[in-house]
Amino acid sequence: MDPTRSTAVTLLAEMNSGAISAEEVTRAYLDRIDRLEGRIKAFLHRDADASLEKAREIDALRRAGGPVGELAGVPIAIKDLLCTRGVPTTCASKMLATFRPPYDATVIERINAAGAISIGKTNMDEFAMGSSTENSAFGPSKNPWDEERIPGGSSGGSAAAVAADFAPISLGSDTGGSIRQPAALCGIVGLKPTYERVSRYGLIAFASSLDQIGPFSHDLADTALLLKIIAGKDPRDATSVDTPVPDYPKTLDTPPESLRIGLVREFFGDGLDPEVDAAIREAVRVYEAAGATVREVSLPHSKYGAPAYYLVAPAECSSNLARYDGTIFGHRAENFDPISPAEAELPVLIRMMMASRAEGFGPEVKRRIMLGTFALSAGYADQYYNQALKVRRLIRNDFDTAFKDVDILVGPTTPTAAFKFGEKTADPLAMYLSDIYTITTNLAGIPGLSIPCGLTKSGLPIGLQLMAPAFAEEKLLRTARVFEKATDWHTKRPGLV
Amino acid sequence: MSMTADEVAKVALLARLRLTPTELELFTGQLNNIVGFVEQLGELDTANVEPLAHGVEVHNVFRNDVRGPSLPREEALANAPKRNVDSFLVPAVLD
Amino acid sequence: MDYTIIIGLEVHVQLTTESKMFTSCGTDFGLPPNTQTDPVSLGMPGTLPVMNGKAFELALKTAIALGASITPFTKWDRKNYYYPDLPKNYQISQYDLPFSTGGWLEIPPQKDGSGGGRCSLTRVHLEEDTGKLTHGAGGFSEVDLNRAGIPLMEIVSEPEIRTPQDAKACLEELRLTLRYLGVSDCEMQEGSLRCDANVNIHIDKDGQKIATPIVEIKNLNSFRSVERAIQYEAERQYEQWQRDGKTIKDAPKQTRGWSDPDGITKVQREKETAADYRYFPEPDLVPVVVDEAWVARVKASIGELPFARRKRFASEYGLSDYDANVLVEQGQDVADYYDAVAKATGAYKLASNWVQQDVLRVVKERKIPIGDFPVGPEALADLINRVGRSELNTNQGREVLAKMIDTGEAVDAIIEAGGYKMVSDESTIVAAIEAALASNPKALEDLKGGKKKPDAVKGFLRGQVMKQTGGKADPALVGSLLDAKLAELTS
Ligand SMILES: [Mg+2]
Ligand SMILES: [Zn+2]
Repeated sequence: MDPTRSTAVTLLAEMNSGAISAEEVTRAYLDRIDRLEGRIKAFLHRDADASLEKAREIDALRRAGGPVGELAGVPIAIKDLLCTRGVPTTCASKMLATFRPPYDATVIERINAAGAISIGKTNMDEFAMGSSTENSAFGPSKNPWDEERIPGGSSGGSAAAVAADFAPISLGSDTGGSIRQPAALCGIVGLKPTYERVSRYGLIAFASSLDQIGPFSHDLADTALLLKIIAGKDPRDATSVDTPVPDYPKTLDTPPESLRIGLVREFFGDGLDPEVDAAIREAVRVYEAAGATVREVSLPHSKYGAPAYYLVAPAECSSNLARYDGTIFGHRAENFDPISPAEAELPVLIRMMMASRAEGFGPEVKRRIMLGTFALSAGYADQYYNQALKVRRLIRNDFDTAFKDVDILVGPTTPTAAFKFGEKTADPLAMYLSDIYTITTNLAGIPGLSIPCGLTKSGLPIGLQLMAPAFAEEKLLRTARVFEKATDWHTKRPGLV
Repeated sequence: MSMTADEVAKVALLARLRLTPTELELFTGQLNNIVGFVEQLGELDTANVEPLAHGVEVHNVFRNDVRGPSLPREEALANAPKRNVDSFLVPAVLD
Repeated sequence: MDYTIIIGLEVHVQLTTESKMFTSCGTDFGLPPNTQTDPVSLGMPGTLPVMNGKAFELALKTAIALGASITPFTKWDRKNYYYPDLPKNYQISQYDLPFSTGGWLEIPPQKDGSGGGRCSLTRVHLEEDTGKLTHGAGGFSEVDLNRAGIPLMEIVSEPEIRTPQDAKACLEELRLTLRYLGVSDCEMQEGSLRCDANVNIHIDKDGQKIATPIVEIKNLNSFRSVERAIQYEAERQYEQWQRDGKTIKDAPKQTRGWSDPDGITKVQREKETAADYRYFPEPDLVPVVVDEAWVARVKASIGELPFARRKRFASEYGLSDYDANVLVEQGQDVADYYDAVAKATGAYKLASNWVQQDVLRVVKERKIPIGDFPVGPEALADLINRVGRSELNTNQGREVLAKMIDTGEAVDAIIEAGGYKMVSDESTIVAAIEAALASNPKALEDLKGGKKKPDAVKGFLRGQVMKQTGGKADPALVGSLLDAKLAELTS
């Protein structure tokens, strides 16, 4: 068998039966990465020796017959905003180019305890701000389906790594669509869990009230397994919730008792690519054939999602990223001599901070910091930031109302399939609108899932988005599984050899 | 509203970002576009709407007052851009 | 004087907790730099705060004790500003929904009876402390983050204080109250109590009230400097106004630092950018809901506070205001000690004397808390009762107490071993009187010849008699028997 054409669940079965060792699995993935990473650029940091070392430890454990974790020997790629003790964690920013955290994120502790093998830290848009990985300070990742196209973002490296079979599973984070959008564009499964279903401790914050860590995988069995491992209350995250974590893998194949599906009317307007539209409508027919009742529902405040998001997220980011000022950690400018008469008036300390931040951050990060600083500043906070919080409530209310009548909401994950590099970089606003269907779930705090549901004529993946009420991940996964079982989109792989 | 380059420069100082004249001009244009976009929120009457700051509304989460270990000083200072034997160093703060 | 000084205080108090506000590392003072940090207190990327329940409870206790109204729903906000002692460049604090508002503090009057009265509070809120900056060599400042994240309680008063003396008294009373509550050690020297004062003056001019611009005085490192700085600042503002005539409408609030050696306030560097803290709700913490049961539970844990205790010591025990205050202001443990002695003896004034003169003297000499004083209140009360029953005279009592302090032995053993039983046997005392007269014939002559005042001679002889009995004679009995003997001899 070729382990790199597998999934975590099937690999685990093979390893547990003794058919293959963790070292062989890891080596297979490392070889593939060595061969293809130069084209895809999914990773920012790898340590092949450390990965193999860990794999050998797992093999020794297995041979000794000792208990092994639920991911024992499974390679996993990790978005480079999850803190890994002693291992570079850069957020794809020059600011943190040399940063090595003295601690592990909670999710890292959990996957380590489960025996997963970290295969590398993946590329992303700088500080998770972007939808294409073009904002990475270290260059973009490529879409394995078409290397002239973006893999999506901000978790583009993690999505590309799974799509390219550099690892069967990976971890990303989603603040406004940063898991679901790249999953859709890379033809894989990506889940943004309910806000605070997964601890954020060790996730380098972009927008704290929206950020959420989640899994990428080829199919829902892997999604369910990885979610089960990373979910749950964490005493280090005050906002994490102690709602019990269901055994997602165990119930995955049981079809939901109720299959009332709502089609979000507002997601089918202007700007939706006809091929995407057709694929989603075809997916709906699959559900109907499986016995679902499908009706159109309205989320009337959807169009205000993006404007509300582009106030709330930048406001929080302007504060979260204030700590990068060249004092305690991160980049410090060498030269901070005044570059203008106005600067000459400023104390040297302030000039140091300003120069360090100017050098350390890329343009999109600066733009959002500026926007957020403005939105919170005296005289403007009510009109902008506070108004956005009120609209956020209206958006949440829309979902609450919709979920009275349906179990799951569906729609497209993205308006179009993967676009080309440079297509939207000149116009920040155009880039922002590529998250238009994913943003509202973050604002409402509910879970959202993207699964492969088709290919465009030119062979680019299309994602179907499913949304559920808060903490209804189990229902969400089971509902998605109905579609996965009836179709074979999740088995499609890019022709990357 | 629309922001002038001077106002953008003030925001940049507040955010501790040095902008070159070219960046200032570019950002002024882009920020005005984005602000124009987000201003559509003003269409909504939200007089009786409670703000929602958080996706999940829980309360009263505390930790026990139990002392844990400190980082060894070398680890605490390991990421410092500039340091001496026991402290972080920053350009002199005059006061 | 044709102006009134308007003073408001802003006090920051470190709460006594084992761990920091949002993380488990320690809160000790005086450690080597940067040895008391962890990823959270360094503001490392990815770290999150989790509220210390004890810190919240201590702050709540304070607010309730100060009569503040407790906000049923309180939340945390970020106060954004860039400074190297603030690792995240935002301070987690409270903005529009502090956990308490209002309340007051009773300021005791000055010794001459002037001043004092009630000072209203604006709010008490909770926040995190910053680190420390020291000026190093070569154009650099050193950043020490040991203090960063220690729980900090901010208490803001209304501008209701009118004299520098009352400002000092207010701060002293606040410290005493916080110490009684056990919420902070309030050491100004160590920075666990810090005070800023907002000061301006209202000048009476032709029946018009003119307010000068408000000045925030920082760097007040002692109680004395609070008083001196405000006095100085009031006079300076008056002179300034005479020179430029500027009022509160003409100038923004200014920050001035107090220089204790120079005895003046100096303008502190103006902020380079106008303060715009861009407060917004802290998304990493969740709100706190405080219900009535919680408030009641905390209320029940609050003991008698200094102001009430002074009143009770005066009314219940008949102590002078002075004595009551001395016992109360030493701290709750001293007041408790006295309370126990007073109750066990019923001799309130006598107990006050013993505690003030004999106990506090040793406690101060040895710099020990009264809890470590070797003689407990029951033992001291027992000793005082023995003196009261004339089993010991006062001097013997003192000596016995000294031995109890030194040896830690029980009172009976010391009396037994030292032969401290008071001599009340008349024949022994008469014999001692005769011996004293025999060895001092000149004394009787002086008395007869009227050369010296009779009281002086009697006093001398009384001393001689005590000497003859090794100081053990009942002084009252010595007096009456000596009087009788002298009357007999001089008649
Ligand atoms: Mg700082
Ligand atoms: Zn404060």
